[in-house]
Amino acid sequence: METIALLLQIAATFFVIGAFTVGGGYAMLSLLQNEVVVTHGWMTESAFTDVVAVSQMTPGPIGINAATYVGYDVLFQASGLHWVGVVGSAAATLALILPSFLIVLLIVRFYTRFRGSRLYEGTMGWLRPTVVGLIAAAAVILVLKTTWTGCIPSVAVVRENFVDWKSWLLLGAAFAASMWGRVNPILIILAGAVLGILLY
Amino acid sequence: MDERKQVPLWKIFTVFAKIGAFTIGGGYAMIPIIRREMASRGWIAEDELPDIVALSQSAPGVMAVNISIFAGYRLRGIKGSIVATLGSITPSFLIILAIAMFFNAFKDNPWVVRAFKGIRPVVISLILVPMVDMARKSCTTWWKWLLAVLALVLVAFLGISPIWILLCVLVLGFGVTYLSERRWKR
Repeated sequence: METIALLLQIAATFFVIGAFTVGGGYAMLSLLQNEVVVTHGWMTESAFTDVVAVSQMTPGPIGINAATYVGYDVLFQASGLHWVGVVGSAAATLALILPSFLIVLLIVRFYTRFRGSRLYEGTMGWLRPTVVGLIAAAAVILVLKTTWTGCIPSVAVVRENFVDWKSWLLLGAAFAASMWGRVNPILIILAGAVLGILLY
Repeated sequence: MDERKQVPLWKIFTVFAKIGAFTIGGGYAMIPIIRREMASRGWIAEDELPDIVALSQSAPGVMAVNISIFAGYRLRGIKGSIVATLGSITPSFLIILAIAMFFNAFKDNPWVVRAFKGIRPVVISLILVPMVDMARKSCTTWWKWLLAVLALVLVAFLGISPIWILLCVLVLGFGVTYLSERRWKR
């Protein structure tokens, strides 16, 4: 019974995420992370970071890959059964794409009027920068954990993701390689794995 | 147009499964593959592609899936869009499922633990790079930067759900645009 409740909760949560994803896969990732790690506590920060790594390395859109993984993992952890995990991943994935499905079919009909309208472009001019901030927040949450005692915040580094000073070097090197070298992300993750084995 | 009606559903499924299997690195990586697979079959005209991409970006969700929904609809209506969507997500679904199933067995292996110590900081950079690209394109004025920083602080340090922030900005942005448009018309 509890498993079914969890399944429905995941489907409902992912449906909302699907409806509110503006700005593609990384925006979806920021919403997923907030619901899965912060709001519901279904996964830890470091487990979610691993999910992001796997989603970046495998084909398919990163947000959907992450949802498939989370759906499987949360229900497998709750039930201990592989098939329940499979049901969870299917429910998570389908719930996530259902809103896009309905909305795309709807706007296919109004498309020519809709696009280029000043009202639409004006509103998107507000939403796009917001999404930039949300993606930045997703990255920050994987690095720093803020806890509030009353009105006093205390910020600590997430130790599972940043083991020591070498982690910061890896972050900087990967950023440079991707930003200015435009190295393929899959190669960067593989290099991270090899360096991890060599350094630790 | 008549030819479009003839495209069998299984064919739509296999072509989109192929597109899905080779999309590594997000929606934009999909565009050249879509062009090759669809334009060469005469399923869409070459000049339709920018419209499909623009529409897929403007709807919520992931671009790759939205393209499948839209293109599938052009081919065989609702049935076509369902088949195309399922086709495009099936390969990654199966791959992720296989990894998720076996990762639990491997994750305590010392080699895997060490590899992930290296992978985790790297993954965070890979989130930051597309963010910087998006910021360059969309943060064009000072108040847009302020909006981005505000969203960052509210979510990362105050723990407010991104969904609330998007809702507020949607209402605010729509309202401000609507009012300023009305003023222009007068």
